[in-house]
Amino acid sequence: MNKPRLLLALLAMVASLYTVSLVQAQNYPTDDEVNAIAKKLYCPVCPNTPLDVCETQACADWRAQIRDQLAEGWSEEQVMAYFVEQYGERVLAEPERSGFNSLIWILPIVAVALGLFVAVQVLRSWHRAQNTAAESAVDFVPDVPPETLVKIERELREIA
Amino acid sequence: MLADIGLMALVVGFILAVYATAVSAWGGWRQEWRWVESARRATLLTVPFLTISVVIVTYSLFVMDFSLAYVVDVSSQAMSPFLRLTALWGGQSGSVLFWAWLMSGFVAAVLWRKWDRDRDLMPYFITVAMLTTAFFTGIVVFITNPFARLWHIPGTTELITAVFQPTGAVPYIPQDGQGLNPLLRHFGMIGHPPTTYLGFTGFVIPYAFAISALLTGKSRSDEWIRTSRRWTLVAWIFLSIGLVLGGRWAYDVLGWGGFWAWDPVENAMLMPWLTGTAFLHSVMMTEKRGMLKVWSVSLIILTYSLSLFGTFITRTGVISSVHSFSKSALGPVFFVFIGITFVASLWLLFKRLDTLKSEHELESFLSRESAFVLQNVLFLAITFVVFLGTVFPLLSELVTGTKITVGPPYFQKATGPLFAALVLLMGLAPLFAWRKQAASRLGRAALAPLVGSVVWAGIWGYTHRMHPASYFALWLVAFVVMLILFEFIKGIQARMKRGENPLIALAHLMGRNRRRYGGYIIHLGVVMIGLGFIGDAYFQQETQVALAQGESLTLGAYSLRFDNLEMYPGSDGREVLEATTSLFKNGEFVRTLKPRRDFFVVQQQPMTIPAVYPTPAEDVYVLLVGWEEIGFGASTFRMFLNPLISWTWTGGFVLILGTLIAAWPEGRKKRAYALAPGRLQPQPGLGGD
Repeated sequence: MNKPRLLLALLAMVASLYTVSLVQAQNYPTDDEVNAIAKKLYCPVCPNTPLDVCETQACADWRAQIRDQLAEGWSEEQVMAYFVEQYGERVLAEPERSGFNSLIWILPIVAVALGLFVAVQVLRSWHRAQNTAAESAVDFVPDVPPETLVKIERELREIA
Repeated sequence: MLADIGLMALVVGFILAVYATAVSAWGGWRQEWRWVESARRATLLTVPFLTISVVIVTYSLFVMDFSLAYVVDVSSQAMSPFLRLTALWGGQSGSVLFWAWLMSGFVAAVLWRKWDRDRDLMPYFITVAMLTTAFFTGIVVFITNPFARLWHIPGTTELITAVFQPTGAVPYIPQDGQGLNPLLRHFGMIGHPPTTYLGFTGFVIPYAFAISALLTGKSRSDEWIRTSRRWTLVAWIFLSIGLVLGGRWAYDVLGWGGFWAWDPVENAMLMPWLTGTAFLHSVMMTEKRGMLKVWSVSLIILTYSLSLFGTFITRTGVISSVHSFSKSALGPVFFVFIGITFVASLWLLFKRLDTLKSEHELESFLSRESAFVLQNVLFLAITFVVFLGTVFPLLSELVTGTKITVGPPYFQKATGPLFAALVLLMGLAPLFAWRKQAASRLGRAALAPLVGSVVWAGIWGYTHRMHPASYFALWLVAFVVMLILFEFIKGIQARMKRGENPLIALAHLMGRNRRRYGGYIIHLGVVMIGLGFIGDAYFQQETQVALAQGESLTLGAYSLRFDNLEMYPGSDGREVLEATTSLFKNGEFVRTLKPRRDFFVVQQQPMTIPAVYPTPAEDVYVLLVGWEEIGFGASTFRMFLNPLISWTWTGGFVLILGTLIAAWPEGRKKRAYALAPGRLQPQPGLGGD
């Protein structure tokens, strides 16, 4: 499917050589524009390598393909959609936020909420125990460094 | 011949490790000290035997004894002697052996010291630590043996790797080896892998202490947790160094312009570091207030399991990663071992919950105790996010059948806010007092840094207007740095009132409270590393342009002129293509930069070596990404401006310095404080000798 298109693009490129106009030269996508999209894609064949840095010939060809698609006036979304359709969802650096994969965004929020909830519960239970213990209310902030206090306490414990 | 000695030493080491595990457990259970003593000696003996093994593998790599399959795999004539030595940890068999050897060394180091203080812990400490050592040694002996040879059955084209001669096979000795994976042929090979391994293996010590404390019921007292803390610190500092060196290596070799790509293996290193750091903090609360005991023990267990998980990921290729240098049959074995130890540890923890009761209660929600709890929640949340992102491709494939990639954008978005909260807390928490903190006092202490940092971030952000988040990030960094500096200033001022000059006051301040001020310095280091991440996330600029000779590209204040391109044969069997370029800043010549493309002929693998011009404000990072094959008249360059990245490396040094200040052994002086030595306390129900 993509071979004829590539061929077409090549033909178009060759043709453009003969009809060089200033406008076309300006419209031709720069490496930066190609990289900006390639950065968001992962090489479909190499282990865990973004497409913009991958050094294999296959990846160079894919970057050339992005360039051609941009030259044909494709938008970024169209290019990305094309790659997902061709090589599967694994080419996206960031998984789509739908279906099962949305869990990857939901679970961290759930985890943080749960963690905070548990932490507050634990702190509360400690606090409650303190209140029922009805110790003499130590209502001042001592001026001694906390380390010293702890040391005194520990030594008191050891004497006891 | 030599290899046979190595193999025998390895097998003896394995038998000793198994013996020590079994006999120490028996001795501990029956309370018979002579068995424990025997296990201790077996443990100490494991080290020399494994050392012989390691030395012989290293020697074989050095002299290129190609009768060994491992040597063929990772060594070659073209490699420099230095790289041949480091090839010990360049492949699977060697690195697992190295791993086992380091671990046995750690265990022996612990057993070397005096044991009268916590003698009751020793039997099970040996059991747990040597079980892990035996597991790793067993893998080396039975699954991935570095002394295996290559065999050839006449009449077939197949080569067999086996320790003993298969029937009908003849030895096969190739002329030259494959050599190390080109990515590993770098000076970084001397630093990053060993320190990382030391970090990973070091965590077995606190884990073994925790488990033995639980088994013996000594978890009731705090002594074991002090010992654990010290050993955790040892493992932690090595893992920290390993992380920084790994980042540096990636920056210098992988050629994508950054130093941290959230690759599964990087994450595998980061996770035990996160839980280990959480433990180092929660343990303070356990030590000083007798609180969070269950939590501290859980964190050690988690750290140990995550270290094994890290090994599992690195060595099995179960998750797609740039580090998958080898794939193997280690997966299931590791998986089972991690599963069993994790479940068993949690079960044991659950059984012993009664020994881990909190000794103190919370007086106020506004206190350092609360800050510690919140901080631990954050650490664990980040660990969870990193874990989720790392294994999610696997989960997704299992559930939906489609492969997906979880790349840096996810990790940045998901961990960013959590890291920001953590850094903020890192600055504020030291202002909180134990027990109770008056809000008004806290406000007063934080006011000056708050105002100062807002002004600073306003100016800085205005000159670097690129991203709204950068204002916040820069403010955060400035605020935390100022909070920490104010702590120092307060301490120095207090001492100056007594007539000391500022420098002496600083020295005394740090000398008297090394853990506290060392900790602050570590925090400063972390903020510096954070600066590098902020620069990487928000300020990085890049451009890629094809240049003819004499042409220039421009990025920011810099321009780069392409002067020349040449090809020459390099060392290690590579063809080097090197561009000469001139870097100008605001039109003035700065220096010559020579980005390279190395092509490893045997492996057919290219490597892009960047040329970097580092400054404290920003790095200019140039890559040679393309060239005209004929005549070398034109080349394509990719140039990055990486602001603030060099702070990451500086931060790494500061972090190490802070750790050394905080953790350097105190000597004997401190003991004098103790009014009653711990060991004189009656310990009902615990005989043992």
